[in-house]
Amino acid sequence: MANGVEEGMDAEGGDHREISVAEFFEKNKHLLGFENAQKSIITVVKEAVDNSLDACEEDEILPEVHVLIDEYDDGKCRVEIRDNAIGLDRETIPKVFGKLLYGSKFHKLQQSRGQQGIGISASAMYAQLTTGEPVTVYSKQEGEPCHRFVVRIDTEKNEPEILEDEVVDPESDEFPGEKDYYFDHGTSIEMDIEAKYTHGHHSVYNYLKHTAIMNPYARVVLREPDGNKVEFPRVSKELPDKPKEIKPHLHGVELGVVLRMINNSNARTVSSFLQEEFTRVGRTSAQHVCEEAGIDDGRRPNTLEKEEVEDILQAAENVKLQSPPTDCLSPIGEDLMEKGLTKELNPEFTETITRKPTVYKGNPFQVEVGLAWGGDIEDEGSFEELRYANKVPLLYKKSACVTTKAIENVSWNRYNISQTGNRPQGPLYISIHIASVWVPFTSEGKEAVANYDPIRKEMKLALQEAGRKLGKYLKRKERREIQEKKKRQLTSYAKEMAPAIADLAENGNEEEMEDKIQQLVHDDYNPEQL
Amino acid sequence: MPKKQFENDESTYDKLKHLGKQIKNQLEDPDSDDLTFDTQVRSRSNVEYDEKKGRLALGDSYSTRKFLNISHARKFMQTLLVASKTKELVDSGRTASIREVYYQLKHSVPGLDENTFDDQDESNNVVVDIETATGAIREDLHLFAEKKGSLFGPIVINDSGDEIDCMNMGTSGLAIPSIVDHYEFVEHDADFILLVETSAMVNRLVEEDFHKEQNAIIISAGGQPSRGVRRLINIMHDRLELPVYVFTDGDPWGYYIYSVLKSGSMSLAFQSDRLATPDAKLIGMTMEDIEEYGLEHVTEDLKGKPKDSGGPTKDYKRIHDVMDYEWMQNEQWQAQFQKMLDKGVRVEQQALAANSLEFVANEYLPEKIENEEFLD
Repeated sequence: MANGVEEGMDAEGGDHREISVAEFFEKNKHLLGFENAQKSIITVVKEAVDNSLDACEEDEILPEVHVLIDEYDDGKCRVEIRDNAIGLDRETIPKVFGKLLYGSKFHKLQQSRGQQGIGISASAMYAQLTTGEPVTVYSKQEGEPCHRFVVRIDTEKNEPEILEDEVVDPESDEFPGEKDYYFDHGTSIEMDIEAKYTHGHHSVYNYLKHTAIMNPYARVVLREPDGNKVEFPRVSKELPDKPKEIKPHLHGVELGVVLRMINNSNARTVSSFLQEEFTRVGRTSAQHVCEEAGIDDGRRPNTLEKEEVEDILQAAENVKLQSPPTDCLSPIGEDLMEKGLTKELNPEFTETITRKPTVYKGNPFQVEVGLAWGGDIEDEGSFEELRYANKVPLLYKKSACVTTKAIENVSWNRYNISQTGNRPQGPLYISIHIASVWVPFTSEGKEAVANYDPIRKEMKLALQEAGRKLGKYLKRKERREIQEKKKRQLTSYAKEMAPAIADLAENGNEEEMEDKIQQLVHDDYNPEQL
Repeated sequence: MPKKQFENDESTYDKLKHLGKQIKNQLEDPDSDDLTFDTQVRSRSNVEYDEKKGRLALGDSYSTRKFLNISHARKFMQTLLVASKTKELVDSGRTASIREVYYQLKHSVPGLDENTFDDQDESNNVVVDIETATGAIREDLHLFAEKKGSLFGPIVINDSGDEIDCMNMGTSGLAIPSIVDHYEFVEHDADFILLVETSAMVNRLVEEDFHKEQNAIIISAGGQPSRGVRRLINIMHDRLELPVYVFTDGDPWGYYIYSVLKSGSMSLAFQSDRLATPDAKLIGMTMEDIEEYGLEHVTEDLKGKPKDSGGPTKDYKRIHDVMDYEWMQNEQWQAQFQKMLDKGVRVEQQALAANSLEFVANEYLPEKIENEEFLD
């Protein structure tokens, strides 16, 4: 698990004073994307929107997400994010927003946007830290009343402190904001944060736009501080297949995770532990692993020393195990990806490729790429990159990301695309998506995907496949343009030439001659040929 | 002015008409799917040196100009425009300068962002194309170029009925037109023809009465000699049987001027028999002149880099280019170029003024002629 924060905190103890996660956060907020005011507002929006989309997809609801931002003071913004997900029950609300590391996704291996249950409560924490204001949450489940909570985090105990708890009529004035939408179910959060709302590459707008491209079945609305309202429309009513939960695979699991699994397991023998807790381990495989490790497969799992667990993992490497199932992945698919690119970029040509799932060290992953060329995309020299991990846009640390390396590994000029150095040029967007239950980020900030050979290779293959299609299209287009230009030229030349030929040959009718030359030009025109 | 009628008018007219018919037939032939005409290849690859005759000749490579080939189309159109214009000139008994033809035909092509001709080089090239495609030369096509070069000396020329005594032309001389075929040489008292590279040197010689003292027909080239100058020397040499001496700077550019006069140029190799004078000899400047006449202090350093230190570039490159031409492969010439490379200098005609202004007219040239000291 790429989970240094959490591991680090578990390890506290001994002579050291125990610090709460909240306290830890205060000191290390840069690790979670709150290093400055410009980035923090993006992080706040990102965490909330990711949660909303995850929640909607979990219950197969077509997502509707509204992001409303007001600058209420110099350098301070009120951010409201609303969704139409299933809503939270009364008991859960304060914990979700007022306790760090409380989450629904952390304990399962399933592809989702958020993973650690840290994001949204960290935002609340950030709000509290920078403006001193608590968070207001509204949540309503179908057929249930709407709950309104005002929550702050007790940073020492990492426990929510409920300031207000009431039931409100969603149609009354107490329900937040302009009522330009209303759902029977959903959650709305409001927080006041120190923020700098900017435009450009690193901006809330751009984050949502990238999100809209990769989630074309969601409708996303943004109201910027200046009142400007942007709608990223829904263009598909089809949700991608829901990812299945998956158990870890022995070839990819880390020691710390296994130790924790042993603690939580009810299995009586090592053999049954391996069979129950891991995917693709049957009786025979479990036996082989134990033999290879020199460990009695009938021992109780909790008698295993750390070194012995290590031996088991080592031994498993030498035992042939079936690859993990790949139905735990939820790619968005070629059609949806194309819809997303088309609706937001309006390109002249789009090609999308979804690769087959692959396994890297026991972890299934799947790569998707999309190329969008021309049309409304302006040629600003270099291409634009759209990077996604589990449908979440990655805006930062582009140069450290495997996607950038993969793009640079492709010979774009073979596809009629000019290159400067290794980078393609022209009115081109390249989108790359990696879907996995375990995306290997380079750091805790989850901003760049590590440059692992098998991942880069998959990306490169996908880019090449899409690149070939684009190249073919560009070649044909170029040919057509050349042929059309030629036809235009020859047609005009024919008009010049006809009288000259008539004069030279003496007996001839200019018009007839021109018609005949034009016929030649017409017969010669073939846009499919060079 | 009376209508201009040339002796070849009838055949020129037919040749142009034939070109038109050829295109028209292709248009009417249902099996023909393009418009084409053939023209001789005029690049160096198709130029041969005829050692026996001492001049360049065009080989027999032909290339086909195709209208539907996009890299030929524009030139194809231009060729027909110029051809039709020259036919009109022949028909109406007018002549026109190649610059006038350019202006007559230049206009924007309707429907395109381009002109029929962008510059005069384009139309000039097309004229040569028509010459090789039809076999009618520029003069036959009633086209002439600007006058270039001038002539002084003891000769009387009849030009279209007017007699011109070239001995009494003051300091201006007879401006040499591009068409000289109609010249008649009424009488002369010349011993030789001297072609001089620079008009400044011609001024010097005229001022010193060189043409009178030495019975010389002096012709200034003004750089590379024009078709008119070359044709005039060719017919004078033929009809008057006068020796021809060429007087240029001692550098690769000067020697190439000599080579063009003597053997013809690559681009007009198909007309070498009309334009080249293989008997012409170079009188100077030679590399030996530098020591012989004490000109060491008035030479100019060659520009550019020699072959063995990053070159050859500029002057050095030109030396190697000219040195490598097939028609420069004799010991004398190779030795000249080698000396030039060794010394790293060139010497101008006017360097002779270092001795005295009249030195060139009174000593240098007469001595060389007396001693028959020429390069051939």
